[in-house]
Amino acid sequence: MRRMPRLALGAGALALAVAAGLAGCAAAGAGTGTNSSPAVSAPTDAAPATITVFAAASLTDAFDELARQYEHAHPNVDVVLNSGGSAALAQQVVEGAPADVFASAAEGPMQTLVDAGLATDPAVFATNTLQLAVPAGNRAGVTGLADLARAELRIALCDESVPCGAASAKLLAQARVTASPDTLESDVRAVLTKVSLGEVDAALVYRTDVLAAGDAVEGIDVPGAASVVNRYPIAALDGAPDAAAGFVAFVTGPAGRAVLAEAGFGAP
Amino acid sequence: MTAVAVLALAVLVLPLVALVARAPWAELPELLARESVLQALVLSFVTATAATGLCLVLGVPLATLLARAADWPTVPRRLLRAAVTVPLVLPPVVGGIALLMLLGRRGLVGSVLEDWFGVTVPFTSGAVVLAQVFVSLPFLVFAVEGALRSADRRTEGAAATLGASRWQVFRHVTLPLVAPGVAAGAVLCFSRALGEFGATITFAGSLPGVTRTLPIASYLAMQSDPDEAVALALLLLAVSVAVLLGLRDRWLPGVRG
Repeated sequence: MRRMPRLALGAGALALAVAAGLAGCAAAGAGTGTNSSPAVSAPTDAAPATITVFAAASLTDAFDELARQYEHAHPNVDVVLNSGGSAALAQQVVEGAPADVFASAAEGPMQTLVDAGLATDPAVFATNTLQLAVPAGNRAGVTGLADLARAELRIALCDESVPCGAASAKLLAQARVTASPDTLESDVRAVLTKVSLGEVDAALVYRTDVLAAGDAVEGIDVPGAASVVNRYPIAALDGAPDAAAGFVAFVTGPAGRAVLAEAGFGAP
Repeated sequence: MTAVAVLALAVLVLPLVALVARAPWAELPELLARESVLQALVLSFVTATAATGLCLVLGVPLATLLARAADWPTVPRRLLRAAVTVPLVLPPVVGGIALLMLLGRRGLVGSVLEDWFGVTVPFTSGAVVLAQVFVSLPFLVFAVEGALRSADRRTEGAAATLGASRWQVFRHVTLPLVAPGVAAGAVLCFSRALGEFGATITFAGSLPGVTRTLPIASYLAMQSDPDEAVALALLLLAVSVAVLLGLRDRWLPGVRG
């Protein structure tokens, strides 16, 4: 399994744009194409295949493990993982990024792909809820959501354009807390990093992120979190090789379930 | 040969052509009048101006030192030059991480600032300016150093023999001589600061009105509202072009037509 360097996408897009321009079809409507890039569209049957999986940032560790297990069971398949904010990933796919599977942290970004005619029948495969995350030691003495309103604390939240941010906003509104964030990050792992580095006193992330961060981060359960549930859909994108559907079946099947449960995700 | 040159030109120009072609021109006034856009615009201008000012104050003396170092032994001279060059070739994100390691709450200096003075630097507009200074200072230093090296040093010597103090020589002889270089450096510095993204988002974070500059706003908008992202990108493009066009004949030999 390889991790796809994010830059490769940009460089590839530039090369494509130039090539398209040289071929005489510059600009006009470019970009809203399909996801079937010749570079990754895989050969048929059991021939070696590469599938590119775009997964929500919160799925990073679980999908690392899932990809490893899937590759072990299917030696002819190479799974390339690209993780990031669900909204950004969905947008990249709409703009023609060569993804075969999309796993989102909420139904909104997946709907973007369904609406664009790039995915059909996504299946919800996991759920997640939020938790307060504080650096090990909790020097600021954070105990609950109300602490997020303390102006003297450094607070990180997800931007509302990404699923964890939308869920955070909902949770805060429900608890009638007006948070005073110092930064609004574009994916949940960027928020988590700020906590594990100790740069912020508290943040809202998924409980799975707190688990993944190990000893550097402490999680604090907050009342009401159970009612703000993120549902994670996955789909093989239209035109993807068969192995993509195979990977989706693996993730939604018992083996995938086990890995996800281990990482702290709830059942759909 | 020519074909390759045309290809090279295409690499440079076509993406910008596409940006302009895909721009939502009809909605542009509405998009640019949004509060989020105006906030980012004001923040970007204020921070980039502050960064340019800081670069001038810090960079001109450093350039003078660098120009004088021509007479130094090889090793310290090369070390000095390397220290100024590194931020120029370093990926800005690395600069952001480095700044965080220095000035973050658990950083080398940041932990002292926090414990003794209760000051935290990251996530402030000041952090945005620092990130911009880090990436843009070399532009100013090298522009000024180039001007200093090509200036006729004999006039300085003449002023000194006529009894001028070192400060007077610098203020009344050296500075006017290198003014075009300083101005060119300041323009490059401002443009680079305005476009700064990687170090800023890593070190300063992203909060509307405080640290979310135009490039960061544009990047984030791309996730939820591509039209706004394109509008912001156009705005940055327009500013860059305006800066270059406005000063091309006077101070930037590289773009003289």
